[in-house]
Amino acid sequence: MNHKLEIRGVTKVFRSEEGVITALKDINLEVKPGEFLCIIGPSGCGKTTLLRMIAGLDYPTSGKIILDGKEVRGPSPDRGMVFQEFSLFPWRTVLKNVEFGLQMQGIEAAKRREIAKKYIELVGLEGFENHYPHELSGGMKQRVAIARALATEPSILLMDEPFGSVDAQTRNILQEELLQIWQQTGKTILFVTHSVDEAVYLADRVVVMSARPGRIVECMNISIKRPRKRTSVEANVIREQLLKLLITEHKKTGII
Amino acid sequence: MNAQIRENLPGLGLLIAVILLWEFMAGYVIKNTLVLPRFSAVIFSIYMLRHLLIEDVAISLLHFFIGLSLAFLVALPLAMGMGWSPKIFRAVDPIIEILRPIPPLAWIPIAMVWFHLTHYAAGFIIFIGAFFPILIDSYTGFRNVPKVLVETGRVLGCIDDKKLIKYVAFPYALPFIATGTRVGMGVGWMCVVAAEMFGVSESGLGYRLFQKFYFLHQMDYVVAYMLVLGLVALCLDRLFRYLVEERLFKWKRGIVKG
Repeated sequence: MNHKLEIRGVTKVFRSEEGVITALKDINLEVKPGEFLCIIGPSGCGKTTLLRMIAGLDYPTSGKIILDGKEVRGPSPDRGMVFQEFSLFPWRTVLKNVEFGLQMQGIEAAKRREIAKKYIELVGLEGFENHYPHELSGGMKQRVAIARALATEPSILLMDEPFGSVDAQTRNILQEELLQIWQQTGKTILFVTHSVDEAVYLADRVVVMSARPGRIVECMNISIKRPRKRTSVEANVIREQLLKLLITEHKKTGII
Repeated sequence: MNAQIRENLPGLGLLIAVILLWEFMAGYVIKNTLVLPRFSAVIFSIYMLRHLLIEDVAISLLHFFIGLSLAFLVALPLAMGMGWSPKIFRAVDPIIEILRPIPPLAWIPIAMVWFHLTHYAAGFIIFIGAFFPILIDSYTGFRNVPKVLVETGRVLGCIDDKKLIKYVAFPYALPFIATGTRVGMGVGWMCVVAAEMFGVSESGLGYRLFQKFYFLHQMDYVVAYMLVLGLVALCLDRLFRYLVEERLFKWKRGIVKG
């Protein structure tokens, strides 16, 4: 078996007082080791739900999620997650935030300090170890969150619109840094975004999801050579195609 | 340092002005110690009563700490349970909502019957006064832990409830617990005086002020004790802020203080 992650016939139904909502319908997806996969789709298409189920924070109503040959049953440090909202523990310094997962594994203080420092360096925040989150900018906070997610050496990194709340300039810089980290660590990355530009710049493959109930409408390989140029003709052609698909899906939601 | 003095100058000036006005009004306008003793007489009384004062402050502090520590020890675990588990909350909330609006002083007869004239009787009233602020604020802290922090914790291997409370909920709730405790201390101190005044005790600041000095119409002594009551509360509050807020909440600096 050479799939890192397999999603087999996953359906997710939410039951609430307002009724039954099918968030995801029969999702099938395979992710190769070391692949950078982006998931895009209109708001409410269940892309975040899919990521949360892989993280083990939600459970599929039916179907299976298999990581490294084992079925996912709840959260575990073998899946790192970066949330859209700022998720640093405000009472912990940068260093202590990055150490958190290691501390939970019972790794001794000196060792986890050493590991944490390595990842802080990887995201370019050396010198900020003893700062508290409120002293950092939005972009720096997300860098710490990435370092923290990587520190436990997860087998896959899940990112839920991680750069959604930083400004455009910072966003571009963070994207480049993430690509460098990806190349250095060889991690498999699943990246949810609503930005076509972001997906085309980052991904090996883009999965386009439909409006609710979320299904996969298209899997598109992005074979543009790296390092990519945001403004290249090839990138524009792919962007065009993806945007067309998305607009069709958007129209179905009736929101436009 | 100089700038700090300059900043505080208006406050200090007004304080001195009020004291002078008080001295003047008492000495030359009202001329009746029963209505308003002179400031100088009050300060002199504090000096005269210094031995008794120390004894009474000690007793009142004893009552205060019995009540406060008990309130803290009971309220904190309960707040933790209520904030973390909706089941516990639903079970306990009705009792709390019924007991909370009862003024602490209404418990004085019960305190006397249950504990007689011991330090625990006064301690009990202070317990009642301090308990609810500590409980409600701490509960709010535990309840409002952002979901994303809990989920981050879980993804990073902090999975069972015990660990989540220890590493995520408790640190998050600490500032709320501190605020509740500070409010509880304030209410508790008010209860000290009232409990002692109404005869739950045969010593302490409130007892002396009301049962002795007031009945003897020694108003300069009464006001002397009033000032001391205020000063002790101020010191307690400052001490708490110095010990807890300054040290524990480095991470909040900048959020609170701008």
